[in-house]
Amino acid sequence: MKNEMFVEFSSVSENESFARVTVASFVAQLDPTMDELTEIKTVVSEAVTNAIIHGYNNEPGNHVSISCVLHEDEVELTIKDNGIGIGDVDEARQPLYTSKPELERSGMGFTIIENFMDVLEIISSPENGTSVHMTKQLSKKTVSK
Amino acid sequence: MSLSTAFNVKQDVLVVRMSGELDHHETEVLRNEWKEMMYTNAIKHVVLNLESVTFMDSSGLGVVLGRYKEVLQLGGEMVVCSVSAPVRRLFEMSGMFKIVRLEENEEHALFTLGVAS
Repeated sequence: MKNEMFVEFSSVSENESFARVTVASFVAQLDPTMDELTEIKTVVSEAVTNAIIHGYNNEPGNHVSISCVLHEDEVELTIKDNGIGIGDVDEARQPLYTSKPELERSGMGFTIIENFMDVLEIISSPENGTSVHMTKQLSKKTVSK
Repeated sequence: MSLSTAFNVKQDVLVVRMSGELDHHETEVLRNEWKEMMYTNAIKHVVLNLESVTFMDSSGLGVVLGRYKEVLQLGGEMVVCSVSAPVRRLFEMSGMFKIVRLEENEEHALFTLGVAS
């Protein structure tokens, strides 16, 4: 069975925890492990934070959206903003790369997403916003009789 | 769940105990408080106790890295202790344990920095 959820919210940092908790509670119906849930919460936090800080330059009054699709045992997540976009996506994906070193960013966001998800696809260009598309296969449950 | 932080000075060591969720939203207040403690006390080292941190992402790593650089300037060391399994993974993935030392608990971390309990 396929199940979908869509949520859109203001680009303010208060919503980072809202976003990860919302996605986690939706994904909970697939009965993920605690580790899997933590990984999903972390990647949502990373992508939403990127949208707020980088996409929208910390300007409130913009919107970030999350679409989450649950397949049999796979989670598909798309996190989008309509912000400034990324000029060089390959560079942005490099570990330790940050466009805002003055903000004490670690530059590990996309690296963490790559480690925690199976697929990461970033569609972005300057002035056209950024769409971060990710999928994760959950571990198969042993069915108890 | 938001973040709360308690600071204690023991000899030349600043002990930072955090509890809750450390994300980008919490970083600004945390950074200001932490910097203030570092520069208004005669400290050299920092022990970071993450026992009660239930969530952390790369924004949290950024703040820790920022203070690590300042501790280096003071000629000291940063020691992290009591990390949960997810936080440990985050630190390992980012290569943080190459620059900050990991100890099992706060007491032992303080002991290694010459602070008697």
